[in-house]
Amino acid sequence: MEIRLNGESRCINAAHLTVAGLLEMEQVPSPEMVAVQIDGEIVHRCAYNDTMVGDRNQVDLLYFMAGG
Amino acid sequence: MLMNLTDEQMDRYSRHLILKEVGPEGQIKLLQSRVLVVGTGGLGSPVSLYLAAAGVGTIGLVDADTVDISNLQRQIIHTTADIDRPKVESAAVKLKAINPEIKIEPWLLYLDASNSLDIIRQYDFVIDGTDNFATKFLINDACVLAGVPYSHGGILRFDGQTMTVLPRKSACYRCCFHEPPPAKSVPSCSQAGILGAVAGMLGTIQAAEALKFITGAGSLLTDSLLSFDAKTMNFRRVKLRKRPDCPVCGENPSIIELSDSEREACGLK
Repeated sequence: MEIRLNGESRCINAAHLTVAGLLEMEQVPSPEMVAVQIDGEIVHRCAYNDTMVGDRNQVDLLYFMAGG
Repeated sequence: MLMNLTDEQMDRYSRHLILKEVGPEGQIKLLQSRVLVVGTGGLGSPVSLYLAAAGVGTIGLVDADTVDISNLQRQIIHTTADIDRPKVESAAVKLKAINPEIKIEPWLLYLDASNSLDIIRQYDFVIDGTDNFATKFLINDACVLAGVPYSHGGILRFDGQTMTVLPRKSACYRCCFHEPPPAKSVPSCSQAGILGAVAGMLGTIQAAEALKFITGAGSLLTDSLLSFDAKTMNFRRVKLRKRPDCPVCGENPSIIELSDSEREACGLK
């Protein structure tokens, strides 16, 4: 399937992919470091294992940044 | 309140006055406005310098910290001679030197659940220039509860992010980030580093948002998160939605008063 990840097109070589799987694939060091938005809807952190990423989804990984 | 610009003000703010989106009316709004800058560090330095130069009439500065030599790589309002001096005091001197006609209100304290609302309610716009999640979430909640617009800012390594929040009208920080990440799951600048100039890049965006809000110029960075990576100089603006189930600005909010629980969750207490 093909998704748009952070604004860029990305081919995923899998029929089924969870948000947790995508974060692992993207080597996000910890799922707690990002907010995940799929097609404009924020996915709750506790639902990363149960939420599927689908073909043509727009996925945004929004990193927490505490510095100031 | 009726007010005319003096000859000196006409000279000082001449480059604002010729902007049709600002003009004398916008400049008078700036002179009558009150902006609170929380944190007088990497973001608070450029923000407050530009607000003072722009003629924001009253600038509140919140910080309980003193200047450390490791701050000087990016906190450009402080100098080597200011080491060990309270940051709000050091900053106030520089801002008055740039623009003697503005008023500085120093708050030598950290925001917490007991003082945030009282302080924030006194201002028209708030800048989040803090360096921890507990205070970022506290500022968001206090601004939503008090109905005071604010600019969120965050920086780390080569990256920056910002959004402008119009309480109950546009998406708030919690609509996107919901709750603070567990303690130690996200590194701080002291742990992971920050390119000094990135603080300037982000802080000047926040200052511009404050000036736009006060003058009514342009459109604000609402319902979106702007992030950039200074390594590639790619900027990206992600659209956000105000969430009906947001814990603070949603339809059935669970946060109806402030608490310091986030500080505990973040390991600050």
